[in-house]
Order: sequence, then structure tokens, then C-alpha cells
Amino acid sequence: MTNRKLTTLLFLFFSCNTIFPQDSSLLKMMDDSLMAGQKNIYATGTFKGIHIINLHSIEAPAKKELVFMIMHRFGKINDGAYQFFGLDNATMRMGFDYGLTNRLAIGIGRSTFEKTYDGYIKAKLFRQTDGSGKMPISASALIGIAHTTLKYTNKPYLNAKYRTQYTAQLLLAKKINRNLSVQLSPTWLHYNLVPMAADKNDLFALGMGARMKITKRASINIEYNYLPAGQIRSFKVYNSLSAGFDIETGGHVFQVHVTNSQGMVEPLYIGRTSGSWGKGDIYFGFNISRSFKFGKK
Amino acid sequence: MKEQLLLLLFICTGLYTNAQLYITKTGFAGFYSKTPLEDIKAENNQVVAIIDTEKKQLAFSMLLKSFTFRKALMQEHFNENYVESDKYPKAVFKGSFTGDIDVYKQQVYNIQVEGIITLHGADKKITIPATLEMRNGVLSGMAKFQLVPQDFNIKIPSLVSDKIAKLIDVEIRIECNPKK
Repeated sequence: MTNRKLTTLLFLFFSCNTIFPQDSSLLKMMDDSLMAGQKNIYATGTFKGIHIINLHSIEAPAKKELVFMIMHRFGKINDGAYQFFGLDNATMRMGFDYGLTNRLAIGIGRSTFEKTYDGYIKAKLFRQTDGSGKMPISASALIGIAHTTLKYTNKPYLNAKYRTQYTAQLLLAKKINRNLSVQLSPTWLHYNLVPMAADKNDLFALGMGARMKITKRASINIEYNYLPAGQIRSFKVYNSLSAGFDIETGGHVFQVHVTNSQGMVEPLYIGRTSGSWGKGDIYFGFNISRSFKFGKK
Repeated sequence: MKEQLLLLLFICTGLYTNAQLYITKTGFAGFYSKTPLEDIKAENNQVVAIIDTEKKQLAFSMLLKSFTFRKALMQEHFNENYVESDKYPKAVFKGSFTGDIDVYKQQVYNIQVEGIITLHGADKKITIPATLEMRNGVLSGMAKFQLVPQDFNIKIPSLVSDKIAKLIDVEIRIECNPKK
């Protein structure tokens, strides 16, 4: 072979080699196809519990997941030392929540307060997407019914119809960053029976809640239910304000809080809160939930 | 001279179109943790993998949020508390392997893979055995190995330490087609 031939050969050999992609472009190509192949990824853990404190959060059990929840409120702190600052008295709600699908859940509960039974359906309408910004918020709808069964010997005419109340809520939430989530809940309540003619059967309220993570597994929660004045005239109602901690361990969520509401179902805590923070009508309480999974998938 | 040149051109273009790059976007990665208290199983079918049979290099990339668990709650905990996928969305492996692959032979190759796994912001060098198989122009790969969460700064709280295995079994399966 002559020198020319060799040069040509070498030239051709190297020009061939340059056609192959470089390592960096290879990895870039990989990243591009990784991102392109993804379906929508939804924000998770906007709230830890199904309830922020009393207010329903946008979260619901996943498909075939059963959540057993105990909500517990002691008596008023201002009952004083004789009642051991409320710890001698307690009301509780025991509830079961179940995910029919990943976007539709049902729940039932029984509260000792007024011996109330309740049931609800919660549907996830929109889910906030992660990163891509396609859907900036999550939205869920809640329809609830509550039925009080406490007997009043002097009011035998209170039949089932009179004892029933309805709730409809739109739950709008945004996980602003990995630590902070907020929720807004326009609420409509309907009471089949109200104490006086001056009191409205239909109440409108606005629930607000927020969760701030302080460690990976604990957060501070705050919740306020604003009931515009003038809807209830025959007795004094306060806006429900609650604040507390969430602590999460595996399948359990512990929530410890203080609130001025004794009831734990919407018609009771939004429209019938008689406690005032200013007077010290504060209830210490906790929610405990445990999740169970059914089925293989 | 002319024939030689033509031959060389043929070889060159041949090398180029020969596709020593094999790629998939639907590779499988799974990890398993078995303890008497709890079995954890997570699978991801959206793994992107590229194998360069000529340079004997390979790379994997996957989104941690694409791992699905049997329990939705576990999936949430995995992403939020363990791998922090909002901060570190991907798991990546870059490395090389030993042994020659003849893309024209239908054969199984036992290879040694060496490279770096990047997960949760930490790099870890691993050397593992794996197999590659060439069949009908499709290059399949399989590997099983174990990882230690603490190597990637993933802390496991003492409260749940009995429910999470000390060594996590990892399984990788890919079927790559030649890149056109």
C-alpha cells in the first residue's frame, strides 16, 4: 500500500467514527425519551389525612383501601380542675372510609355527639399534576348526610326527616411546594329542621385549611370554617377554628389538635359550633387513622 | 485501489447502519423487600435503556414516580419520605460491560457490568453479573442484584426498620431494539 492509500484509509476510518453519537448526546437522548414517554404524574400527599382536622381534605382512600378512623374530642379546657380540664368528658366519632376506585370513596361514621350517624361520597374531580403544570390544583367534591338519633322525651314529634342534615362541599387544594399545602372549601349545608323560623335552613360557609410540613413525617395543620353572619339568629354560633399536628408512621396518621368545635360532622362543626376561643371553650382532641389494604392489586 | 475504497466505504456505512446502539423505553425495573412483617414490591415498566455493543457501554434511566406499589400509601411514602422524588426525580445507571457481543449470533452472553448508580443524590459504584441475549435482532438484558438503602443516604426510621429489608433485591429486564 502506498502512503496515499493509507491516508485515505485512515481518513475514512476516522470520518466513520465521528458519525457515532457522543456519550453526552446519548444520555441527552435517553433523558428526552424518558420525559416524553411519561404519563401525567400527580402530586401526592397534599394532605396526610382524609380530614385536615374536622374538615374533609381532598385526600381519599385509594382503591380497595379501608381506613378506620377514630376522632376524639375531650371536654372544654375551661371546665376547670374539677373536670380535669375537660379530660373527664369526651365525645368521639368512629368511621370507616373505603376507596371504590382511586377517584371515588365512600365513608360512614357514628358520633356520640347527639348520637349522630353520617355517610358521605367523595369524588376526586381533578388532580394536580406534578411539574408539567397542566393542572394547577386538585379538586374533590363531597356529598354528605348526617342523621341525629338522640331521643328527646319532650319532643316525640322529631321524626327521621327532622333529624337529617345534608352537606355539599367543593374541595379545592394546591400543594404549593413539598412542605406547604392549602385548601379552600365552599360549603352548602341544609338542615331539615332549625330551632327558629329566623334561622336559615340553608347555610353557606367557606372552609379553609393548610398544612405545613416541619419534618418528613410531621406537619402543623390549621383549619378555619367561616360562616357568614346573619344566617343563624336564634342562638350564638362561632366560626370553627382548629390547629394541630399530624404525625405519620407507616399506615397510621395521628393528629393532635385543639378546636372550639365539639361536633365532627359538617352540619355540627360548621353550623353549630357553640364554643368560643375567646372564652376558653377549647376542646383538646385527636384523630387516629389506620389504613388496611384489600385485594392483590 | 478503487475496489479497496469501495470496500472500505461499504464497511464504514455497514458499521454505521449496523446499529450498535440498542434502545428501549419500556424496560422493567422492580425492587423487593421481604421481611416477616411486610412484603414490599414495586415495579416500573417505563425504564429507558441504551446499550452500545461496540463501545460496550450501557445506560439506564427511570423516573422514581413511575414505580407502582401494591399499596398506594406505600407509593406515597416511598416518594415523599424515602427517595424524595420531588427533589431527585430519577434513578440513573451509567457503566460498561465486559465480553464481546456479536450482533449476528443468536447467543446468550454472561457479562460483568460495572458502573455508577445515581439515586437520591448519591453515587454508588457497583459491579454485578448480568446476561445479554441476542435473538432475532433484539438485544435482551437481565440482571439481579442487591442494594442497601443507606448507601444512598436513604434513612429508615427505627419504628419501621423491622418492616424494610436490610438488603433490597433489584431486578432489571430489558428488550432493546436497534436504534435506526
